[in-house]
Amino acid sequence: MGPGWVLGRWAGRLLVAGLVAFMTFPTLVVFVASFNDTAILSFPPQGYSLRWYANALTYPQFQRAAVNSLLVTLATAALALPLGIASVLALERGRLRGRAFWAAVLLSPLIIPGVVAGLGLLILGAAIGLLQSRWPLIFAHVVLVLPFVIRSLWVSLANLDPNLERAAASLGAGPWRVFWRITLPLLRPGLFAALLFAVIISLNEFVVSLFISTRVTEILPVAMFTYVVNYTDPTIAALSALFILGTFVIVYLADHVLDMSAVFQIAHGRDRERA
Amino acid sequence: MARDATEILKEPPATGRAEGGGPRVPALCLLPGLLAMAVFALALGALFQYSLLEFIPGSLRTGGVTTGNFRQVVAPQYLRAIWDTIALSLATTVLTLLASYPVAYALARGRSPVLRSLLLVLTLAPFFTGAIVRTYAWILVLGNAGFINSLLLKAGLLETPYQMIFTTQGVLVGLVHFSMPVMILILAAGISHIDPTYERAAVSLGANPVRTFLRVTLPLSMPGVISGFVVVFAWTFSAFPTPELLGGGRVKMIANVVKDLALDSFNWPGSAAFAVVALAVTFVLVAVVARSVERLGRHA
Repeated sequence: MGPGWVLGRWAGRLLVAGLVAFMTFPTLVVFVASFNDTAILSFPPQGYSLRWYANALTYPQFQRAAVNSLLVTLATAALALPLGIASVLALERGRLRGRAFWAAVLLSPLIIPGVVAGLGLLILGAAIGLLQSRWPLIFAHVVLVLPFVIRSLWVSLANLDPNLERAAASLGAGPWRVFWRITLPLLRPGLFAALLFAVIISLNEFVVSLFISTRVTEILPVAMFTYVVNYTDPTIAALSALFILGTFVIVYLADHVLDMSAVFQIAHGRDRERA
Repeated sequence: MARDATEILKEPPATGRAEGGGPRVPALCLLPGLLAMAVFALALGALFQYSLLEFIPGSLRTGGVTTGNFRQVVAPQYLRAIWDTIALSLATTVLTLLASYPVAYALARGRSPVLRSLLLVLTLAPFFTGAIVRTYAWILVLGNAGFINSLLLKAGLLETPYQMIFTTQGVLVGLVHFSMPVMILILAAGISHIDPTYERAAVSLGANPVRTFLRVTLPLSMPGVISGFVVVFAWTFSAFPTPELLGGGRVKMIANVVKDLALDSFNWPGSAAFAVVALAVTFVLVAVVARSVERLGRHA
């Protein structure tokens, strides 16, 4: 290998490092700005304080929005998971014609632009007269997370060894018992990934939620958006920092309950290939 | 091969293993999910209906059937937004592709497992932080009192802040940053599916690394490049939070017009017409490129 080759390798590494820096650097700026002690930003900050954290946590609209976020996300997960399990079981094991078509129908919300879904649900919600409640939000979130829930569960179900279920059935367990005692526990990795997707996507959903929420029902990303449009102080930096930390705690806990590399198996495949 | 996160973004598994694949399940189990989709379809239907109804200013009630909303879409004041949307989407997709390929290549072919998992974490992290947080971060970086301007002013390189926020270029930076993770994952999946023996064969036959990349790796990764292109173009075409916050009303894309008309002017019919146009473009694009990927796949 000539010196040009080595030089090229290092240039490549530098390029990748630079691109990754571009991707991560804004997040670092958010953390620095959140400790700025004046309302007007400056870098590096003149002094440091936690006043914007206090402001973010005591601002009534954020408190209300946080409660809404929690309720909507919980309801979304509670509805989307059973819906996803039923759909995947039918898709994989149902006596079904046009399997691919039905799957495409259930995954279709992925390709509908957010403003289209938002405006459509706004018009429909107004027609039904439900816009003052959280139901349109919960419905929208369920539909939006369902493709991810279905994908995660489907991979798990397709990899499940049916002999275990057959063994249970041959030993006299009824269909429900097989489902509760064998199928569902074996689906745990998929269920877990599905739950993670449902929670993360619902907590962060913004565009559709903007269209169908009021000041009373709005979730945190919508409240943050309104604040950014109207004020320039670093309160949102503090709230963003908390949001990022909160998400990382969820992912970290997730990692402890279940091996995350089982959820995102990019590295594993490569390792096997290299060996 | 590897069941990775990017499979979420691809088509569903080809067929169920209905025969011998565990206990039978009644097809009726599909009903609740389809019911939810039916309500969703009803919402889209309501949108189509409104796009053909006359807007009565100052009222949420609508008049008779008209095509006026669609004629309004190409009115001079909106043509700019449509043009900006097309130009920004194209520029974003091309730049995102160029910026993502090296990272994807490192992610798929890097030698150190530690560095690869670090790359994976850094690529996935933005998925876990929402659009508002990610866009707000760029306000802090590009703003007139933001990170870059503060440093340049302090260093004496600038007299007055350089306007980066609320410009087309600022929006472009935000859009590229927003699209990179998904592009990287799609490209990495594509590159990792290439059998490395092809590259080794090229090298052993005397091709230098540049030639190997240009003649072997790059052509074989084209399916990934094309599907990344479609996904990012379609996403950017209907991008909302980034142009809304980084454009500050001075740079508008179609989604921003939809929101302005619907939530600020309460012109739901006019807004619906724009939304229908956005949806149509998205569908046509996805169909066209899906077909060309299929054709490419058959040739490869």
